[in-house]
Amino acid sequence: MTKTVLIADDEPNILISLEFLMKREGYRVLLAHDGQEACDLIMTERPDLLLLDVMMPKKTGFDVCHEVRAHVDFKNTPILLLTAKGRDTDVAKGLAMGANAYMIKPFSTKELVQKVREMLGAAA
Amino acid sequence: MRRFDKRVAIGVAIIGVICLLWLGATGGLIWSTLDENGRTILKDTVGERIVLLLGMWGVSLFAVGSALRWLVAYFMTAPARLAEEAQVLLGTDVKRQLVPSGSIENRRLTDLFNQLVQQREALRNEMDERVAEAAHNTEQEKNRLAALMSELTKSVVVCNLDGRILLYNNRARMQFRKLSQAPGAIGGTELIGLGRSVYGVFDRKLVAHALENIQHRLQRGAAAPSAQFITTTPSGQLLRAQMAPVRSPQEGNEPAKMTGFVLMLDNITREFEAQARQDSILHTLTERSRAALANMQAALDVLEYPDLEPDMHERLLKVLREETEGLGTRLREIKSSAVDGTVLRWPLEDMLGADLVAAAIRRIETIDNLSAVANQVDDSLWLKVESFSLLQALSYLAERLKQECVITTLQLRLGMGDGRAQLDLCWQPSADKATTEVIPGWETDPMRSGGEDTSLTIQDVVERHGGAFWFGRESEGGTVFFRFLLPLAAPQEHLETASVVRNESRPEYYDFDLFQSSAQTRSLEDSKLSELSFTVFDTETTGLDPANGDEIIQIAAVRIVNGKLLRHESFDQFVDPKRNIPAHTIPIHGITPDMVKGQPTIDKVLPAFHQFTQDTVLVAHNAAFDMRCLQVKEKVTGLVFDNPVMDTLLLSAVVHPNQESHRLEAITERFNINILGRHTALGDAMATAEVFLRLIPLLAEKGIFTLGQAREAAQKTYYARLKY
Repeated sequence: MTKTVLIADDEPNILISLEFLMKREGYRVLLAHDGQEACDLIMTERPDLLLLDVMMPKKTGFDVCHEVRAHVDFKNTPILLLTAKGRDTDVAKGLAMGANAYMIKPFSTKELVQKVREMLGAAA
Repeated sequence: MRRFDKRVAIGVAIIGVICLLWLGATGGLIWSTLDENGRTILKDTVGERIVLLLGMWGVSLFAVGSALRWLVAYFMTAPARLAEEAQVLLGTDVKRQLVPSGSIENRRLTDLFNQLVQQREALRNEMDERVAEAAHNTEQEKNRLAALMSELTKSVVVCNLDGRILLYNNRARMQFRKLSQAPGAIGGTELIGLGRSVYGVFDRKLVAHALENIQHRLQRGAAAPSAQFITTTPSGQLLRAQMAPVRSPQEGNEPAKMTGFVLMLDNITREFEAQARQDSILHTLTERSRAALANMQAALDVLEYPDLEPDMHERLLKVLREETEGLGTRLREIKSSAVDGTVLRWPLEDMLGADLVAAAIRRIETIDNLSAVANQVDDSLWLKVESFSLLQALSYLAERLKQECVITTLQLRLGMGDGRAQLDLCWQPSADKATTEVIPGWETDPMRSGGEDTSLTIQDVVERHGGAFWFGRESEGGTVFFRFLLPLAAPQEHLETASVVRNESRPEYYDFDLFQSSAQTRSLEDSKLSELSFTVFDTETTGLDPANGDEIIQIAAVRIVNGKLLRHESFDQFVDPKRNIPAHTIPIHGITPDMVKGQPTIDKVLPAFHQFTQDTVLVAHNAAFDMRCLQVKEKVTGLVFDNPVMDTLLLSAVVHPNQESHRLEAITERFNINILGRHTALGDAMATAEVFLRLIPLLAEKGIFTLGQAREAAQKTYYARLKY
């Protein structure tokens, strides 16, 4: 069954590349441009993996993480935070909020794709 | 002529009477033994010669009188005179030798007394020399300190534990002038001055917190504890303050007590703004460049795919062009922002984690119906924190938890995380309230706790520490918590205590005994006049009827602190009355319309004057008039001058009730005070202050020592019945 990946980022330029890469991997892709849109899509579309930027309007990636983990249906949904915030305290906070992995921008797309594969594989 | 001595006369009279009685009794006895014949012979023999008998009686009495007189002078008058002369020597500064007189014993006594007087004089001279020497040394120390203080590029303010300023340098005065919101030349004088409260500039709680920190470290035996904090002043300036304790001399094994503190101040507003700008630019540059690089990297990676649609290819090239252009623009922005190299960070101080937890518990427990306990606190952890804002944050969270989540018990936990300390505020969630629903947003709301508002948010506090903050839940037990990630400091108390000999580093100029002011601890009414702080002021006005439109055109004041007139801490300001100045009043006060034109109006001047008079007793000559001038402005300015008021006119009437005039001129003449600039507000205020200082000891002679007694006495005088 086709897996669904939600990509949330307020930068349209990264969405273009990430959407292409995820579709090429054979996943169904959902795009959100802010935290609130991401939350709404998660509740309605129930994606299998979340790629979240941290600094987004309306709700931050941390907030989305927190909300998702509070919901019983999404306790095990893999979350990968993608962010330009590179301090160790930000990483610690992201992981504490329930993210499974954290990649600091700029990142290698190959590593990203590999990570997504592993996370979806583990979740399956 | 020698003085008639009653004692001699009485003595002579008594002896005379005794002689007469003896003669009468002896004659009576002889008479009773004689027969009729014998009695006739005796009557014939004595009867005619009774005059001779009485004459001899008188002569004998005269001889007795002379002898008595000599004896009294010799044995009684000489010692009495000696006693009087000794009393003069005892009660005055007269230096002379007493002349010996009277009996041998009295002469010896006079000699001994003379020797004692000589000994006393020698001791006095020696004492005077020593006092002069000590005063000279003190003066030298003062000069040394003054020179040192004036050369310091930092502002230094020394306060006692009540926050009263005891010493400040010129730099501090200049800095306070910049902080002042008062208009013109008076700026700053309302904030800094001997005896003034430093809390006019600093938040009392902030200073108290820093003091408490230092006290804790002193108790722990730290040799040189200090605390630093940054605060915003009412005028919006940012001050960095470093606080060090002033300690009393150590007695025996007792730890030295703190008697006051030294504040070293830096105005860092400009540096901080520059730093904040620099931080913001660097932050934006880093994060936005990372994002842009990520966009470019991803686009490049995708472009390498050979089977790319032409449309996609074009979109990715466009992404690359946009991101390259964006990076270029940002670099140009950074270059033009001319960021200087000043490095300024919010000061973090080293603090034992257990101390911070204890302080947090104390603070949280001041909130009603809320208790807090320490649980799993690693007492070996040293943190690098700005404890004041951090404690504010914890207290704010605790209060919100109580109000919005019905939590009554909190736990504080401190442990080691991944290279950082984890400070947790934990609680068991209440069944009634779903904590997770209300908490989001707390991090970015302005903190409010214990009725205090602050513009700071948790996020700001976390930012200051370069830390992180989040809300979490433990998988076991259901405990929920707020976690602060905080930077660690190297343990250092050992360094502070070891190898430093206590008091060795005390500079000599600490010998000033500046810390004995006790008036503040008593109620004002019971405070001694000689210990109180006074603002002596005078106003010049357009006329004598403030209630019907006459306005203040000049207001001036000087301060008296601990019985000293502080001439350099004066307040002197013209006021634009926004009305004409009647021509007939100009010769009295010498103020022409040109002099007040363009000067600040009363609504600008009175707030500064109000602050200048803070925590002092107001003194004026004929104070009822000046107070009326201030009172009619209460509605316009919203400022109430509710300080106690003393009137030199009334006090003069208390001290000299028989004098006809109690006008300022008459009193200054009586006290021989020369007034320069009479009828200028400052001249009159100075004269009134001089008069007041001379009245204090005269009041004391009448048994009037305290403010309450002086006010009561003044109220009773005739002049107190006058009303404006």
